Amino acid sequence: MSGSAGSPQVPPYICGKCKQALVLGKVTALYLGSEFPVELWRCPGCGKVYVPESLATGKMLRVEQALEDK
Amino acid sequence: MDREQVRRWETQCIQEQPPACATGCPLHVDARQLVECVTRGDFKAGLAIIAGAVPLPLILAHICDHPCQAQCRRCEAGDAIEINALERACAGFGGTIASMRIPSPKSHKVLIAGGELSGVSAAILLAQKGYEVELFESGPTLLGSLRSLGETQLPKQAITADLDALSFLGVTVRCNTALPFPAGSAEPESLLRACDAVYFEGRVWPLPDTGSSLTLATLHAGIFAGSTLQQQSPIRAVYEGSVAAISVDRFLQGASLEAGRDNQGAYASRLYVNTKRLTAFPAVRTTEGTSYTKDEAQQEAKRCIPCQCLECVKVCEYLEEYGAYPKRYVRQIYNNECIVMGVRNGNRMVNSCSLCGLCTEVCPENFSMADVCLDARQSMVRKGKMPPSAHDFALRDMAFSQSDAFTLARHQPGFQSSQTAFLPGCQLSASSPQQVAACYEHLRTTMPGGVGLILQCCGAPARWAGDEEKFQAALSALDAAWSSMGRPRLITACSSCFKTLNEHLPHIPIEPLWPHLDPALLAKTPPEPASRTLAIHDPCSTRGVRQVEDSARALLGRLGIDVVELNEPGLTTCCGYGGLTLFVNPALADKTVTRRAQQSDVDFVTYCAMCRDRFAHQGKRAIHVLDLVFANVSSDPAARRDPGFSERRDNRARLKAQLLREVWGEEGNAVEPSIKLQISEDTRLLLEKRMILIEDVRRTIEYAESTGDKLESSTTGQSLASFRSGCVTYWVEYSRLGDELVVHDAYFHRMEVR
Repeated sequence: MSGSAGSPQVPPYICGKCKQALVLGKVTALYLGSEFPVELWRCPGCGKVYVPESLATGKMLRVEQALEDK
Repeated sequence: MDREQVRRWETQCIQEQPPACATGCPLHVDARQLVECVTRGDFKAGLAIIAGAVPLPLILAHICDHPCQAQCRRCEAGDAIEINALERACAGFGGTIASMRIPSPKSHKVLIAGGELSGVSAAILLAQKGYEVELFESGPTLLGSLRSLGETQLPKQAITADLDALSFLGVTVRCNTALPFPAGSAEPESLLRACDAVYFEGRVWPLPDTGSSLTLATLHAGIFAGSTLQQQSPIRAVYEGSVAAISVDRFLQGASLEAGRDNQGAYASRLYVNTKRLTAFPAVRTTEGTSYTKDEAQQEAKRCIPCQCLECVKVCEYLEEYGAYPKRYVRQIYNNECIVMGVRNGNRMVNSCSLCGLCTEVCPENFSMADVCLDARQSMVRKGKMPPSAHDFALRDMAFSQSDAFTLARHQPGFQSSQTAFLPGCQLSASSPQQVAACYEHLRTTMPGGVGLILQCCGAPARWAGDEEKFQAALSALDAAWSSMGRPRLITACSSCFKTLNEHLPHIPIEPLWPHLDPALLAKTPPEPASRTLAIHDPCSTRGVRQVEDSARALLGRLGIDVVELNEPGLTTCCGYGGLTLFVNPALADKTVTRRAQQSDVDFVTYCAMCRDRFAHQGKRAIHVLDLVFANVSSDPAARRDPGFSERRDNRARLKAQLLREVWGEEGNAVEPSIKLQISEDTRLLLEKRMILIEDVRRTIEYAESTGDKLESSTTGQSLASFRSGCVTYWVEYSRLGDELVVHDAYFHRMEVR
């Protein structure tokens, strides 16, 4: 799964724990034994990743369904 | 899935069986398809259909004695389709027939005696297979008996064009020449010195008919002979020519003469056609002469039904959804299962059937799509190929109904045993807990011997999900609860429990609740419904179980309700929940319930809590039969909204606590939630649509608030919490308002992100 936050380069959130603004970074999405690199906003401190609603209910859902049917 | 079983299922569906017109024709000309071509004005394609099945197409189009028409099902509503007239129209307007391909020659030589329809047909068919053919006619011309027919009946041009095939294929024609074989000779085999096989047309065979009508073989190997029936019927003559050609070919190839010829010639069609609701139309008459104009032919063709079964597809939203019919679906499902590497596109289809059994009810062959889909689901689960998301939500809900939060098995207070026990079922408890409490009170006060209570799930959702392990575990738990109660007779308010126990725990005596509700014995006067005329909807779980269907009607009768029947009780449809369709294919589930709701403007009454709520979900006014017996919290129970997934769960937990408190005097340790949530109606509906429980929202926020592990927006002041529960990550957007937390949005995904 390729993709990115696709949003303006303004950090949408700050991390509640670390109080640091999120930065774009490479993370890994995993499902049913498959892995995909994806660029998402994450906390530079604790690494908490932000999954936007549009991604969760859009592309991510489609990939989940495709993997479930494999 | 077992291959043999799959094949039996495929055979059971008769939609692909040829129609009566085609099976009534000895040569199986597909008249239904021909008529369809004419409907479109494509006479050339119509003619090609005749030419594909008949060796002398133009001649037969004009003079066929059309046994097909006697079989046409249109005659049950109006006249039979004028198939022969339409064939003539194809011959007249269809132009020229595409030329045949030239075959690669074979070394064998065949002699044919007799140049009428049968002999010429055999000659063309054998020459098309590459045999060297010599055709002997004692008269001066081929097809001599047809030459005297008038031009209107059989144009000379048709004869010439059809006979052109002989020269094209290189058949040697010898007119005015008898076969060099003395009639009545004792040695017919002597003929085979000059060739490899012989066919005697019906009128010239010198020996009595000794051969089989299936093969036209005689006692002499390699010699075939037609019957005298040829002289009575042109299509019979061509048919016998065709039978002879097949037999000669098989003989020369050394193949079995008999094998695989069961459906040769005319036979009765297996295709079921329901003609009851057809409007009768008479045949189109010709205005100019004896033949149709193009327009008249098209009008006549449009009267064709056309014959097909589709009885199940007509009544089932699911079977209609995928654009085909069971035979195709069985193959698609089997192929889907056999995929080793690649995408199983059929998974959603397998999981979308409601398993309601309506197809079996309407199928002339009792085909069951439920059997196919259930078998496929069980197989998918066994092989670990069931998509995890398909039934996850429903199975988690079932697990809740099996947990201590809901389950209960108690004797009536003051009793050490139970002669009877009330099993209300999860869905009534989830939808109308107050009705469960009222029913239980009524049963306790009106029945002798102690009435116990069992709150427990029968496992139906696991059964529908194809998860036999979970299903068997649920059955065992219920069986154990029943045993612990001293094996009482069960009374249930749930059709799914009734069906499940009857089929899988047949040693447990179980009855529907409805006969046990006597209005005369009620503590309070039954509430007055908004309307005393109600249309009854039977749940599909107890389809055809007259004991249940009749007892519900009898109760409505005792309550003075004027019942409108939507159909015969056995033909009820699913509400979209059955088979867990709702969770796999919500759009289809909605279409299914909408179709049912649109059957009548009258308020519905049903005796399944899930059906009631599904109608309410689609905005159809519907009441549960219990709303007519015990006062509901709502003054207009038909307008009560679908409680939704979250409330259904809370209601079950609350019911247990309420009954323990009110009936057994036990105070549960109710835990007050640590946070107060504010959820607007719009947000609640969004959560319902996304199948996110308020409990999941609460847990996610509680985690974020207690750990600080959340995201914060500097611009809106809102927080975004996330929490992974099982194999789902929930996200909730919320903000604080006083001591309450306002939920703005929630979503989830199954992928893990690191």
